Amino acid sequence: MQPRPAQRTYWQRNTRLTAALLCVWFASTFVAGYFADELNHFTLFNFPFGFYLFAQGSLLIYLIIIGIYVSYMNRLDRDWVRESAPGEPRTRFPASGE
Amino acid sequence: MDLKTLTYIVVGATFALYLGIAFWARAGSTGEFYVAGGGIHPIANGMATGADWMSAASFISMAGLIAYNGYGASLFLMGWTGGYVLLAMLLAPYLRKFGKFTVPEFIGDRFYSNTARIVAVICLILASITYVIGQMKGVGVAFSRFLEVDYDTGLYIGMALVFFYATLGGMKGITYTQIAQYVVLIFAYTIPAMFISMNLTGNPLPQLGLGSTMADGSGMTLLAKLNLVVTELGFKEYTTQTMAGRFDMFVYTMSLMIGTAGLPHVIVRFFTVPKVSDARSSAGWALVFIAILYTTAPAVGAMARLNLHATIQTGEIGSPEGNLSYEARPQWFKNWEKTGLLKFEDKNGDGRIQYYNDANPEMAKKAEAFGWKGNEMVKVDRDIIVLANPEIAKLPHWVIALVAAGGLAAALSTAAGLLLAISSAISHDLLKGVFMKGISEKSELRAGRISMAGAIVVAGYLGLNPPGFAAGTVAIAFGLAGASIFPALMLGIFYKRMNKEGAIAGMIAGISVTMLYVFQHKGILFIKGTEFLGDLGPNWFLGIQPNAFGAIGALVNFGVAIMVAKMTTEPPQHIQDLVESIRTPRGAGGATH
Repeated sequence: MQPRPAQRTYWQRNTRLTAALLCVWFASTFVAGYFADELNHFTLFNFPFGFYLFAQGSLLIYLIIIGIYVSYMNRLDRDWVRESAPGEPRTRFPASGE
Repeated sequence: MDLKTLTYIVVGATFALYLGIAFWARAGSTGEFYVAGGGIHPIANGMATGADWMSAASFISMAGLIAYNGYGASLFLMGWTGGYVLLAMLLAPYLRKFGKFTVPEFIGDRFYSNTARIVAVICLILASITYVIGQMKGVGVAFSRFLEVDYDTGLYIGMALVFFYATLGGMKGITYTQIAQYVVLIFAYTIPAMFISMNLTGNPLPQLGLGSTMADGSGMTLLAKLNLVVTELGFKEYTTQTMAGRFDMFVYTMSLMIGTAGLPHVIVRFFTVPKVSDARSSAGWALVFIAILYTTAPAVGAMARLNLHATIQTGEIGSPEGNLSYEARPQWFKNWEKTGLLKFEDKNGDGRIQYYNDANPEMAKKAEAFGWKGNEMVKVDRDIIVLANPEIAKLPHWVIALVAAGGLAAALSTAAGLLLAISSAISHDLLKGVFMKGISEKSELRAGRISMAGAIVVAGYLGLNPPGFAAGTVAIAFGLAGASIFPALMLGIFYKRMNKEGAIAGMIAGISVTMLYVFQHKGILFIKGTEFLGDLGPNWFLGIQPNAFGAIGALVNFGVAIMVAKMTTEPPQHIQDLVESIRTPRGAGGATH
């Protein structure tokens, strides 16, 4: 079975978003960690910035990343249902069963 | 009421609660036993995941690690939380869509091979057993310190408790007790931190207190003050000190992240929610609940370090009256001396305590001029930071009792989650999946309970007779999971062309390389004397320490798997269709199989 066009679009959007968010994840953890000394020249809420990222910042960024992913994907799921099965009611997925 | 009675009452009440929940949440089917029936609300599952994930190491050891390593501890903090981003985006929704009970089951079906499934079971058991030993030890230690029973008795009580609620309720019982355990441990962690933050900075929120100005009228921020205090005593500056080279730190963080995402007891939690979208949001909720503790920890660490130095260095450094006299030491100091975790040695015989970094040559020279003859706090175990915190801050007894209950909740919840992952791998993957395919649901449920009981006995035995390597192995458990299971799952979802030959070769290569590297530096099966290269910086490959090698193992796994897959035939059509269906959100029913 070849994936249907709607399916392909869905997957493409999903992987693009995932890749973009992973770049943010990588930058906030590894790039920022690598340049922590340089970032410490800036301050945020009285914290040296590099240190702040470690103490709280990176965790908040992770939460935002997941939040964006969840809300975008929920919208994408709804669109996908509409496009792939136009005859069906526009409800969210049933709680159980196919 | 004296502290001991109060501790017994508080701990006893939490235990009664766990048992009550277990009785109420008995499992009646394999679906309930393995994945709690698949009907857990994503927020509830997030909370249970938080307790499942945060072990005795998070609760007891992390703040201490941060107190002594300052910025350097960031690798643990980021490594242990960043993995949730990977879980939420790369694994949880797809594995939920697949809709089966265990991680090896996914690997076996996706790679259409019982061999792959068995290899995955072996990797899972290796990673989980190394992890569970540490938890059982944590249970024994927590009991013996707080309830003043001996270590063995403590371990038996813990085993009996887990036995009761895990065999009775399976995943269902574990899930609801973990929710209760989360509530207990988070209060136990944050309440003392709030008091201490209030005392030091006037701000009751520790997260804000860490960035606030000191309430002592000096006008300095807490971090600036801490940096000043520690550097004056010859220690490294708190906000910039590091534990390892930049590259080593990079690899170590990555290993902890992919290990987090690859640990089966965490992944399986996402099989318990009703829908694919719930699996995504549940990972987010898990991180929210974890973040409450993980953002408090840096504040606890920094404030405890400041309090400790302030207690000992009461006046100006070098002045004869500047150091605390040993006779005048506070009660908590005496209590922890009794356990051997805090040790003082009066090297210069002046009856006062000097605590400074004598390994720093500049400081050592200055100290000599003061008549100091070396650091006299010969042992300050970092694990006492969280446990002694309420006493250092002179908090009421009920807070101390609560911390005891919290430490126990953290260790018990993680142990139960790991034991379930092990027992379901045995009863569902090995028995039902490979060796006794015709087994009825009722017998499988019984087999699940028996293997759970067996796993508890084995874990308890290893907790009573901990192999010499037990202490340092938690990080290695992450390395093993990250090098074997994580890449296999990733390739199974994102690389349609991946076939069974590639996946099996990759898992074996990844876990072998990681184990060999650890053995080569730490001894074969951790037996001293059998290592063929010393565990020293210059011997490490690119300066990577053995605990951090999981990321390299994962790279090897990916490389080998892709190469082998390219050389062998592509997977059959129905498998490619399966991958396609995992990737689409529609029709994720209950976990029925």
